[in-house]
Amino acid sequence: MPRSTTASVAFAVAAKDLKVELRTKTAFVSSLVFAVLVLAVLYFARDKTTVGDFDLAPGALWVTFTFAGMLGLNRAFLLERENRALDGLRLTPASATGIFLGKVMGNLVFLGVVELVSLPLFILFYDVPIWSQLPILVAVIAMATVGFVAVGTLLSAMVVRTRFSEVMLPVLLLPFLVPPIVSAVQLTWRILALRPLSELTGWLSLLGSFDIIFFTLSLMLFEAILVE
Amino acid sequence: MTRRERALTTAHRGTIITGIALLGLVGVYVRALMFTPMERSQGLAQKIFYVHAPVAWAALLAFGITGLLSLLYLMLRDRKLDLIAAASAEVGVAFAVVMLTTGPLWGKPVWGTWWTWDARLTSTLFTFLLFVGYLVLRGALTDFEVRGRFSAVLGVMALVLVPFIHVTVYWFRTLHPDPVVMKPEAPSLPSVMLVTLLTSMAVCTLLYVGFIMQRYALAVLRDVREEEAAGGLS
Repeated sequence: MPRSTTASVAFAVAAKDLKVELRTKTAFVSSLVFAVLVLAVLYFARDKTTVGDFDLAPGALWVTFTFAGMLGLNRAFLLERENRALDGLRLTPASATGIFLGKVMGNLVFLGVVELVSLPLFILFYDVPIWSQLPILVAVIAMATVGFVAVGTLLSAMVVRTRFSEVMLPVLLLPFLVPPIVSAVQLTWRILALRPLSELTGWLSLLGSFDIIFFTLSLMLFEAILVE
Repeated sequence: MTRRERALTTAHRGTIITGIALLGLVGVYVRALMFTPMERSQGLAQKIFYVHAPVAWAALLAFGITGLLSLLYLMLRDRKLDLIAAASAEVGVAFAVVMLTTGPLWGKPVWGTWWTWDARLTSTLFTFLLFVGYLVLRGALTDFEVRGRFSAVLGVMALVLVPFIHVTVYWFRTLHPDPVVMKPEAPSLPSVMLVTLLTSMAVCTLLYVGFIMQRYALAVLRDVREEEAAGGLS
């Protein structure tokens, strides 16, 4: 039998999660419908005579991604709680690092697809002509999502062990989302307003350093969560 | 001496320290109201400053200690560290509540508004909520070993997060100057006021020590009782 490396463990865990997801599609479909609903409801959450589509759009986009992401994150370890599958996972020689990376990958794909589908709807609903700015916007979304998912994966592994885990995750996770989401909103409105790149660098570096620091930290701390 | 007796001694000492600190607080207020001159533009409202700023200091100290002890707990796995970290978070949250209520009381007459999204206000609010979350998480976990590990992980994450939140909200504010915010430049304090402030800070630190000793002792006593209950069952 080939020796399992961290990478192979990570891919196996991610593939397993995505396969479970593909077979049921419940979490994915509900997250997506939820995202569309939030986008549509937020459109009406203002006085249209004073707040234009354009002013509302960046906040609406990120509130949507945050809420939809939170639903997705809860799923990753709830899956393992059923039939105590996490104990089974722990009994295998898979390293904590591999499991964490796999869970992060699975969540990234999950949330990435939700974002990929809701982004065109966002452009459509809020009538923001951003096709020329799309690459940089996608880059910002990717960066914010990585930070979000890294911290979210670590915290969701903790909250599944508690009672009321569905409520607990937002309570613990939202303070951690202040830096990435505020940065992302700031970047998004600048991108939509066609501001020069020099106005983006400050927030981009904040977002980038959040990603690097919290990804590393979550990776290091995950072992303390998993190992009994 | 058994664990229980030691905890009771700690609790007793904590009570004495708290008593001294509370007397000190009375002293601070006598000094602030009678022997410290009235600030010209803010009037009586400025007296809140002598409790608000020291309490904010104590809250920050408490949260910092929770974070550092969490880090130490993950390395050393000493249960005592976990219990002190939790006690510190509890006391910190209590101080933060005082900070967040005295702030608006001062803000209304001086700034003309109860709350503004000023950088410092915003970051303390999020820090407060973060540590409330820490306590909620502890409350939701029953196994002491799991509780210790998980809350230590959250404590370490929080320690790193707080500076990030501060930078974020600070940039947010400076990039979007809000004309409603009339935060005065911090004036260099006259020495009479400074002495009152520093005394109050010392008193609040002492109060923190007194509180934390009592909360810690309580946590140990609870622990002991749980152990006894478990022992009685087996």
